[in-house]
Amino acid sequence: MSNFISELLYPKTRAQIASDEARHAHAHDGAHDDHHHHDDTDITVFGFWSYLMSDLILFSSLFIAFAVLSGHTADGPSAKDLFSHTLDYVLIETFALLISSATFGFAVLASYKQKVGQVIGWLVVTWIFGAVFIGMEINEFAHLIHEGYGPDRSAFLSSFFSLVGTHGIHVTSGLIWMIVLMVQIAKNGLTLPNTRRLACLSLFWHFLDIVWICVFSVVYLLGVI
Amino acid sequence: MGHGHHDTNAAGAAHGTIKQYTIGFILSIVLTLIPFGMVMKGGFERGPLLWTIAITAVAQVLVQLVFFLHMNTSSEQRWNLIAFAYTILTVATLLIGSVWIMNYLHFMMM
Repeated sequence: MSNFISELLYPKTRAQIASDEARHAHAHDGAHDDHHHHDDTDITVFGFWSYLMSDLILFSSLFIAFAVLSGHTADGPSAKDLFSHTLDYVLIETFALLISSATFGFAVLASYKQKVGQVIGWLVVTWIFGAVFIGMEINEFAHLIHEGYGPDRSAFLSSFFSLVGTHGIHVTSGLIWMIVLMVQIAKNGLTLPNTRRLACLSLFWHFLDIVWICVFSVVYLLGVI
Repeated sequence: MGHGHHDTNAAGAAHGTIKQYTIGFILSIVLTLIPFGMVMKGGFERGPLLWTIAITAVAQVLVQLVFFLHMNTSSEQRWNLIAFAYTILTVATLLIGSVWIMNYLHFMMM
C-alpha cells in the first residue's frame, strides 16, 4: 500500500522506466550487450505528447476567442444563418475524419505484426479520407469567401476562420507528414525510428480528431441552435 | 510485463487491439449521430439540445482518449495523464475566466 502511494506521488519518469527495462533486458542477454541499441521511443512519444498538450492550449485560446466573439456579427450573417442548411455537409466531413482516425489505428495494428504492405495500405486509405476532409473544408471556405463572408466581414467570421483554419492547417501538415512517412517505410521498412514516427503521427492524427469533435459541437451545432 | 489486458511492446507503450478500435469507432459514430440528428431534425427545446451536445461531445472525447489514444492509469501512462490533467486545468481556467470577464465587461458597458 505504501509502495502504491509512493508510486502515485513520485511516478517513475519515462527515463527511469526505460532504463529499468534496459537493465532488465541486459540481465537476459548480457552476452549481446555490445550490440544493444537503447530504445528511447517512450521518451520521444512522451515529448510529442507534451507538444500536443501545448497545442491543446493553442486551440483552446482560439475556442475562447470564438466563444467571446461569436455574437459579434457586425450586422453580417450569424452562425445560424450560415450553417443551419449545411449541417449534412459538416456531418460528412466529420465522418471522413472519424473513418481516417480508425483506419490509422489499423495501420498501427499492422505495424505490430511487421506487415509493411498492410501498414502502407491503411496509411493510403487514411490519407484519402483526410484529403476528403480537407478538400471539403477548402470548398466550404472558398464558398463563404465567394459569398462575401470572408474573415474580414465580422469578428465572428475572423474567429471562425482562425479556429477552423488552424485545425485545417494541422490536418494538412499531418497529410504531408503521412506521405513522408509512407516513403520512409516503403524504403527502409518498419525500423525502430519508423515505428516511433508512426506512433507520434498516430497521436497527432487522433488528437486532431478530438479537436474536431469540439469544433463541430461548439462552432456548428451550438452555432445553429 | 503484462499490464492487465493491454499488450505492451519493447518500449512499454500501450498497444491497442482491433476490438478497441472497432468499439471506439462505433461509439464515436453513435455519439456523432445523436447531436447532429437532434439539431438537424429540429423541434427540440434549446435547453435539452445544449445538454445533449455538451454531454455527447465530452463522452466522445473520452471514448477517443481511451479507445484511440489508449489512455489508462498504468505506470507507463501516468506522466501522460498528469500532463493531460494539468493541461485541462489550464484550459478550464482560461475558458471560464475569459468568458466570465468578457461577459461582465459587456454587462458593465451596456
